[in-house]
Amino acid sequence: MSALLEVEELQVTFGGRTAAVRGASFRVEKGETHCLVGESGCGKSVTALAVMSLLARGGHRSAKRMSFAGTDLTSLSDREMARLRGNRMAMIFQEPMTSLNPAFTIGSQMAEVLTRHKGGSRAAALDRAAELMGRVGITAPGMRLGQFPHQLSGGLRQRVMIAMALMCDPELLIADEPTTALDVTVQAQILRLLANLKREFGLSILLITHDLGIVARVADHVSVMYAGEVVERATTAELFRAPQHPYTRGLLSCVPVPGRVQRDKPLGSIPGVVPAIGAGFAGCAFRSRCAHADETCTRAIPRRPAGDAHDYLCRLAPDWAELQPA
Amino acid sequence: MGRQFGDTVAFAWPARECGGALVGPGVLVMLRLIARRLAIGVLVAFTVMTLAFLLTRLSGDLAISIAGPSATQADVEIVRKAYGLDRPLYVQFFAWTGRAMVGDFGQSYFFKDSVANLIQKRLPITLTLGLVGLSLALVISIPLGILAALRENTWIDRSVTLFTMVGQAVPSFWLALILMIVLGLQLGVLPISGTGTWQHFVMPGIVLAFTAIPALTRLTRSGMIEAMASDYIRTARAKGLSRARIIFKHALRNAAIPVVSIAAVQLGFMLGGSIVIETVFALHGVGYLGWESIAKNDFPVVQAVVLVLAVFYIGLTLLADILNALLDPRLRTG
Repeated sequence: MSALLEVEELQVTFGGRTAAVRGASFRVEKGETHCLVGESGCGKSVTALAVMSLLARGGHRSAKRMSFAGTDLTSLSDREMARLRGNRMAMIFQEPMTSLNPAFTIGSQMAEVLTRHKGGSRAAALDRAAELMGRVGITAPGMRLGQFPHQLSGGLRQRVMIAMALMCDPELLIADEPTTALDVTVQAQILRLLANLKREFGLSILLITHDLGIVARVADHVSVMYAGEVVERATTAELFRAPQHPYTRGLLSCVPVPGRVQRDKPLGSIPGVVPAIGAGFAGCAFRSRCAHADETCTRAIPRRPAGDAHDYLCRLAPDWAELQPA
Repeated sequence: MGRQFGDTVAFAWPARECGGALVGPGVLVMLRLIARRLAIGVLVAFTVMTLAFLLTRLSGDLAISIAGPSATQADVEIVRKAYGLDRPLYVQFFAWTGRAMVGDFGQSYFFKDSVANLIQKRLPITLTLGLVGLSLALVISIPLGILAALRENTWIDRSVTLFTMVGQAVPSFWLALILMIVLGLQLGVLPISGTGTWQHFVMPGIVLAFTAIPALTRLTRSGMIEAMASDYIRTARAKGLSRARIIFKHALRNAAIPVVSIAAVQLGFMLGGSIVIETVFALHGVGYLGWESIAKNDFPVVQAVVLVLAVFYIGLTLLADILNALLDPRLRTG
């Protein structure tokens, strides 16, 4: 397998000061679902937006390497990047209620993606839109095409967003918390849909989530983000079997697992909050919340391999598991 | 086809797929909205008629002012009888409203002409001036507002803000005089008064436009800033649409909704509020007629002018509501 999307040392700053992403590195292989997981504010959405060149004004990105299907994304002009977006790489968002333009019909908003990138008639684009709406499980697509966003439920709107993202048959779909705003049953439907589409369309998916349950269900590979860094990367099975970074372990201990939660033992939690990272920060960003931190954590932290396609960012060796808290 | 009503991007999905009905729910919602607004409009017009009638009576004994300062008591009584002012107030009121309904506003005391004729002659001038003013205002303020929004917090944005503030603060008679001096006298490119040619409407149009430009510019600016920061614009960018399409189709369409309705209402203000400008430029429009008639106690004309301007205002407000519903599908579909 070769990587479809390769990001190395991605840095994103806002207004030249606040560092939202500090050297994130990850690879999305062809045909896989890659999850970026982390708590709010860890920079996972910003990472996705930076890949798409969709950062808000004032946002600045730089990267040692950022390539998509062999194309160096950092060297593309705005115009060239716009030619990729919606065409070969598509994105869906967390807020299906507000992500569609209230003033235009569903059909008009879907059709313009195809006519923009592939040309062709509007009628052909509408046919394609209706076909894709059927594929993502929207009933009566012909009627939906003439409707406006406010006439659709949140789940339907997210399906429309997904269908719209598929208009040009993209290679990569970036999904930024696509189910967070939806209720649980709809969440499950959307996740199943994404898994099916991945197979049918040969899509690679970069899925951003804070929900480890979702990671366990759909991801092939996982990158755990903390304070703008990818602190651990592994296959999903490996990550859940043998997490290495103290933060990953902390996260996993917070998840209630039916049958394993004991009545008189409290569920795990990570003390403290994500620290604000200012300029000149060095060492491990997790050290203020880590039970194993010592003075070496203030220096540069090595990326340690921990098996096949598994590495993590910590001073502790992979066999630290038996260590008692410092 | 009801669903596509007003969708500027012609969207012709076959009706059979839309439930087959020729009259969609959108048209019904629109008709109900128009009917409701029309009913309110009629009530407002009736209220204005009542107020216009009562206020002219409140300004003093009309018989005395018509008869003039040198008239004797007997003269005043003759005038009172001749003009029907001796009748009870409600009889006068219903006599007037009854005739006004069919477009008969009586005779002017001063101009020796029917009020309807007077207004008919003057109205084109005021309407021309209003439309020129509004067109100029839109042509200037919408691009300016978009520009300021896209360059938010830069010197361009600040210059636009300064321009709107100055525009708001400058009295229109002063601006009119400055323009007359510069364009009319020093450069000699435009006539300074009268209504003979289209050039006569340029300067008054500019001055009138300035009464609406500040509000419209600021509204466009804030609407565009809000739209450009919205999630659906992020989606449009994620779709790889061109910058022009994102700005002029996706953002402007939403930002334009309040601008359009305010512009319609502004035109109402312009029609009624052009008295100063009509006076300065010697444009004999309705506003000027109203002013003359007030000065001369020509109360049938005053009442009619007030009513005509009010009806225009009501009509434009109705138009604003309809345009709003056409632009915003949430207002016309269930």
